[in-house]
Amino acid sequence: MDPIALTIDAARSAIQERKTTALALAEAHYARIQKEDGQIGAFLTLSKERALEQADRIDRMATEGKPLPPLAGVPVGVKDVMSTRGVRTTAGSRILEKYIPPYDCTAVARLEAAGAVVLGKMNCDEFAMGSSNENSGYGPVRNPRDLTRVPGGSSGGSAAAVAADMAVFTLGSDTGGSIRQPASFCGVVGLMPTYGRVSRYGLIAFASSLDHIGPLTKTVKDAATVLRAIAGRDPMDSTSAEVPVPDYSSELDKPVRGLKLGVAKEYLGEGLDDEVRQAVESAIEKLKGLGCEIVPVSLPHTPYAIPTYYLIATAEASSNLARYDGVRYSHRARGVKTLSEMYRRSRDEGFGAEVKRRIMLGTYALSAGYYDAYYLKAQKVRTLLTRDFEEAFRKVDAIVTPTSPTAAFRLGEKSNDPLAMYLADIYTVTADLAGIPGISVPCGETREKLPIGLQILGKHFHEATILRVAHAYEQAA
Amino acid sequence: MKVTEKDVAYVADLANLELTEDERRGMLRDLNSILDYVDRLNELDTSDVPPMAQVSDRYGVDQAKQGSERFAYASREDILEGLRKSLPHDEALANAPDADEHFFRVPKVIER
Repeated sequence: MDPIALTIDAARSAIQERKTTALALAEAHYARIQKEDGQIGAFLTLSKERALEQADRIDRMATEGKPLPPLAGVPVGVKDVMSTRGVRTTAGSRILEKYIPPYDCTAVARLEAAGAVVLGKMNCDEFAMGSSNENSGYGPVRNPRDLTRVPGGSSGGSAAAVAADMAVFTLGSDTGGSIRQPASFCGVVGLMPTYGRVSRYGLIAFASSLDHIGPLTKTVKDAATVLRAIAGRDPMDSTSAEVPVPDYSSELDKPVRGLKLGVAKEYLGEGLDDEVRQAVESAIEKLKGLGCEIVPVSLPHTPYAIPTYYLIATAEASSNLARYDGVRYSHRARGVKTLSEMYRRSRDEGFGAEVKRRIMLGTYALSAGYYDAYYLKAQKVRTLLTRDFEEAFRKVDAIVTPTSPTAAFRLGEKSNDPLAMYLADIYTVTADLAGIPGISVPCGETREKLPIGLQILGKHFHEATILRVAHAYEQAA
Repeated sequence: MKVTEKDVAYVADLANLELTEDERRGMLRDLNSILDYVDRLNELDTSDVPPMAQVSDRYGVDQAKQGSERFAYASREDILEGLRKSLPHDEALANAPDADEHFFRVPKVIER
């Protein structure tokens, strides 16, 4: 058995059947990280002690012949925006370079309760702000499929680690596309659940009304298994929904015949790369061949999604990032004389360029005299964008689109033009604004062998439907 | 140009950022370019559209109920001990750049 290229079920059964041990799997993955990650840069911190302790606990259960929990012994990585007790958590920022959280993020605690072995923390854009992972305070991540290219962002480390078999799966976070876009760029599966489906407790806040936690996996089935483990109401997050969690895996094999899939012309227009368009169109044909009914839908406000997103997300970020004051847990500048100088210099030294840009834009959009013109206006357009989906979902069960307008671009290609970088999220941000779930599943490659992603969007809390469509496509492809 | 050098200084002040001369110049350029792009929102008439601050007041709640009633599941009676115990003193201070055994230490607060 190859201890590296495993899915969740393969790893868990191999341990249950005593063909391997959780310890052996963890060690094989650490060896792989040691060998591969020097050139990729996906991991920021390894949590070996914690991983080996958990592996040992799973191995003892296996030896005693106890039935193992669903993620038993599965080696995973966690994006460094999720707090891990006793394990450094930086959010990709120098301002949290030495931060050791005193508590665990609920999603991480639930993974471990389900038996997962947390190998370490994944590199990402600083405070999850970016689409290429070039904004990390700890250096970029490189795309395992082509080291001259970005892995996407902001969950770039999470996507790259799965693509390079350095973890069986990882957790990422998605505020404007940060799970789905890197999944697409690296050729893996990325699932953003409905807003409120997974608790945000312990997730370092970027934009609280838009932040989601979700899995990046090798298969759609694995995404279903992970979602089942991390979803559900958490009293520590008042926005986590009181909605029952179905057994997503058992719904996967239900037939897709007769499902209505919407195709929106606004997602196939100007700016879409030809090779991506061809791959997505042939994926739609394949789904039609599986018995899905393809229905044209219109999402007319789509061209307004990026400006709406960048006003709301930055406004919320400017408020959330006010907490980094150099007093309680973040970097403090040396040699400061007064409190106000301490705040300013600590934040100047600790934050990177993109984070400062977004704090400035968000503060401006919220400031007296501009609030109505920018922030309030964006909130109203957010309603219109959400109504577009509500209207479309009256006619269809899911909507299929490209995940990103292009395949992975080169490092440095967009890093000097913030607006060009923001447009990489054009097909993903609207789902975050509306709070609906979305999944990216690989759908072919460009001539240069770069992965392309198909995005499937669903109704609120209908993850089972998009997982089912994604699974059917994956099995047929 | 919407944003002036003076605006950049004012907003940096609100955001507790100092910014170097170079950073201020870059900010002036980037904010203006982003705000020009954002202006397309004004093509839309939103006079009768309610603002949307969050998703959770639209989904996963009882739509027949109003206001805070919708979130009845998320509220509880006050209790003396929280859902999780408060952090012990030493753990709460452990990440501080400067602290004694009781308090966070900061530079002088009153400036005169």
